[in-house]
Amino acid sequence: MSKPLLIANDLVKSFPVSGGGNQARFRAVDGVSLSVDRGKTLAVVGESGCGKSTVGSLLLRLQDADSGRILLDGEDALALDRAGLRRFRRRVQVVFQDPFASLDPRERIRDVLVRPMLLHGLCDRATALKRAAELMDAVGLSATQLERFPHQFSGGQRQRIAIARALSVQPDLIICDEPVSALDVSVQAQVVNLLQDLQRETGVAFIFISHDLAVVRHLAHDVAVMYAGRVVERAVTSELFGNPYHPYTRALLAAAPRIDVGAKGHALLAGEPPDPANPAPGCRFAGRCPHAQPSCTAGDQPPLSAVVPAHLSACVFARDLPPFAEAQSSAAHTPAALRVAAYRRARDREARSGDAEGPRT
Amino acid sequence: MSSAAASPSLLRRLIEDSRSAMGMALVAILVAAAIFGPMLSPYGPDTADFLATLAPPSSAHLLGTDDLGRDVLSRILAGARVSLLVAVASVGCALVVGVPIGLVAGYRGKRTDAVLMRCMDVLLAFPGILLALGIAAALGASLVNTIIAIAVINTPTIARVARAQAMLVSRLDYVKANRALGFGDMTIMLRCVLPNTLSPVLVQASLMLASSIITESYLSFLGLGVQPPTPTWGNMLKDAISFIDQATWLAWFPGAAIFLTVLGFNLFGDGLRDRLDPRD
Amino acid sequence: MKMLLSRILSIIPVLFGLCVLSFMLLAMIPGDPVTAMLGLDADPQAAAALRTKFALGQPLPIRFISWFGHLLTGDLGRSIQTGRPVLNMVLTALIPTMELGLVALIVSLLIAIPAGVISASKRNSIADYSVSLISLAGLSLPSFWLAILLILFLSIRLQIFPSSGYVPFLEDPVAAIQHIALPGITLGVAMAAATMRMTRAAMLDVLNTDYIRTARAKGLPRRGVIWRHALRNALIPVTTLVGLQLGQLMGGVVVTETVFAWPGIGKLTVDAIFARDFPVVQGAILASAVLFVVINLITDLLYATLDPRLRRRL
Repeated sequence: MSKPLLIANDLVKSFPVSGGGNQARFRAVDGVSLSVDRGKTLAVVGESGCGKSTVGSLLLRLQDADSGRILLDGEDALALDRAGLRRFRRRVQVVFQDPFASLDPRERIRDVLVRPMLLHGLCDRATALKRAAELMDAVGLSATQLERFPHQFSGGQRQRIAIARALSVQPDLIICDEPVSALDVSVQAQVVNLLQDLQRETGVAFIFISHDLAVVRHLAHDVAVMYAGRVVERAVTSELFGNPYHPYTRALLAAAPRIDVGAKGHALLAGEPPDPANPAPGCRFAGRCPHAQPSCTAGDQPPLSAVVPAHLSACVFARDLPPFAEAQSSAAHTPAALRVAAYRRARDREARSGDAEGPRT
Repeated sequence: MSSAAASPSLLRRLIEDSRSAMGMALVAILVAAAIFGPMLSPYGPDTADFLATLAPPSSAHLLGTDDLGRDVLSRILAGARVSLLVAVASVGCALVVGVPIGLVAGYRGKRTDAVLMRCMDVLLAFPGILLALGIAAALGASLVNTIIAIAVINTPTIARVARAQAMLVSRLDYVKANRALGFGDMTIMLRCVLPNTLSPVLVQASLMLASSIITESYLSFLGLGVQPPTPTWGNMLKDAISFIDQATWLAWFPGAAIFLTVLGFNLFGDGLRDRLDPRD
Repeated sequence: MKMLLSRILSIIPVLFGLCVLSFMLLAMIPGDPVTAMLGLDADPQAAAALRTKFALGQPLPIRFISWFGHLLTGDLGRSIQTGRPVLNMVLTALIPTMELGLVALIVSLLIAIPAGVISASKRNSIADYSVSLISLAGLSLPSFWLAILLILFLSIRLQIFPSSGYVPFLEDPVAAIQHIALPGITLGVAMAAATMRMTRAAMLDVLNTDYIRTARAKGLPRRGVIWRHALRNALIPVTTLVGLQLGQLMGGVVVTETVFAWPGIGKLTVDAIFARDFPVVQGAILASAVLFVVINLITDLLYATLDPRLRRRL
């Protein structure tokens, strides 16, 4: 696809800091730009507190950015009137992290799925009920369960329902905010594969927010790595995993716990995380960077720029980093990653033909 | 989060706790008296028998008669009805006004919250009885005005409880998900936030029934609440003072009625509070 | 110091809110405000003068500003009945109320603290349960009923105390004590009930802390531990509660003063309401509310001084 479905430019969102006086504000999102193409998946990865969830919130317009632009199919999403906002909401949907908090405990699943369709006037009630049954099938549940309440389902099942709810309005883009982080490892694999299948069937795009690089590897076409409110690296998945051009990405890849050697600890992520209210000059990661130079802690933050075409990094010394061996990365060997890979292999064996559009591994 | 599933066992546990069981029994007696009283009472509450004024308790008049020959037992039963009516009506009004205020404040937050809660705080800062006295002074003393006055006293607390719960619920993902789905604020407040806010509010309301009965009795005792000839335990005690050494039964029975009723509510409320927040 | 100042200043908006509320209460009265302030047989000239002085013909916000301005200069109007300035009447009435409050406080503390301490230290014993029950009964007891019963037994039957009236302490201490006894006990018992429970709860909290358990483990005698360490810490929330009680007990104050013909602010309010003497009603209610808020503030500050953890912040 030539023109991206969603473009976000230079989003900024700050919050007041308590106890810091009237003026102190902390920039949760500090100039983030992203884009995602139709039918593709962009992963936004980073440790907790880096601002990725806030970015999701901004893209959903659940919160309003202090500055920046969001364009959906070229249309300015921040300057919408009520009707326009409603249309926007139909096109951009969400799946949240906590399966136990994302469904109203007092609503039957049937209503959870049907009401959004009726709200947007997509069809009449009878058709909506039929579609709800189809959605349940599509996410691997049964239409007979429509009459039940959320507490009667397991965590993984509730996430499937949340996905079905997001799909009910036939969106163009679903923002998944850590959708599998709260699930068992075995269930994680199922849900990730479900998302992939749904993408293939419906052509919906995903922005997949996660702290787990391994999960993302099998699902995403592009990856953006965030640190302290900024995007520090951006590339196609295989490029990012094969040849990361930012020390933080490398640290993330090396720090993922391996199934064979156990948790590696955070040896590579030692040092002080930055104080969000009083950012130091220069690169925010410098304090924990094994390759930091004196010039890294002076001046403005390094901009995100292309190291090679379509591979952006915010490290000034990107090109000078030592070569990165795949073996250093444990990300391929986490339990989650292995399960997802096994699932995919088993499923791909079945659906061998006509499978032209899948994310590269 | 939702206590709907917890309610059956809560009820059972409440019954098992002897304190709250006793409390519920007393309250049940009150309600029974209120509902069936007029049918069971031997005389009308206003029926005056000038031949039997200030008669001590006897077989004809189980609790004696007052200075106009009216049967004390019948008046106490009628008084139960008034007390319950005032309590339920005033708490009901407080719910009708207070819950929306708390809901909107908790959901919207920021400035709306600040403004609304400021108003509630001012009302709360005013000692309850004084407010009731003021309203009685301004509007005059009557049954309706008493209900209004007590409702005004109760509203800020209900609003605060509703607000606290609404704030919690509004932060939950399913509310965010509904916003992302495109539902309007009003729909979300009514369908999502309100049903999940009601539990603590209703608990608070039931605890307020007791204080409403007390406040009404205070107002009526002062002569600023429900007016004679409508009997209410408070104004019966007021009349009793003039005859205190001649006819002590006039003071014993209405006072005991108030005492037992409030005790019942307090026992029940204590049990409820303990079950919901056990710290002992 | 800054905290102290900001806490004190924080009641200003509350006080202002109280004024607004008091003003609105009177503004709610149906009918002509002049009648409300002067009574029905008002002299037409006086009525006209009043209308100008208090801007009675103007819309509400202007009337409020005028009223508030007069309030700030100490002019609360004049009583319809006696013609005396309301401010004087209110200030005169505050003294008996304070006396009553003080006596009630002493009575309640004398009852509640030992009871609370004993029930906390002998937890789940018979003593504990009876204290719990007694305090619950005390809370449920309407104070006017207690007042009537006390009058019946101690005043009429046993003739120990007078059933009404007030004697200033400085005039005749013995008579003063005799007169303040029954009202003081009535009010004190009501306060004691709640204070008892609070003391018990606070003591339980403190007794369970590691600090106390350490002291016990060190072998300090149980009595000493309870009375010196635990009680001191438990007194902190109790102090707050006492302050709150003084406010909550407004109802008790009003009713007690009425039953015992005690010339305090509660009786002033009620009498004025019956006499339709609205300036006095407004002044008395406002004064009581302000008193309540101020007492709460003092209690807060006291609480902060007592609790060494908070004192640093002051």
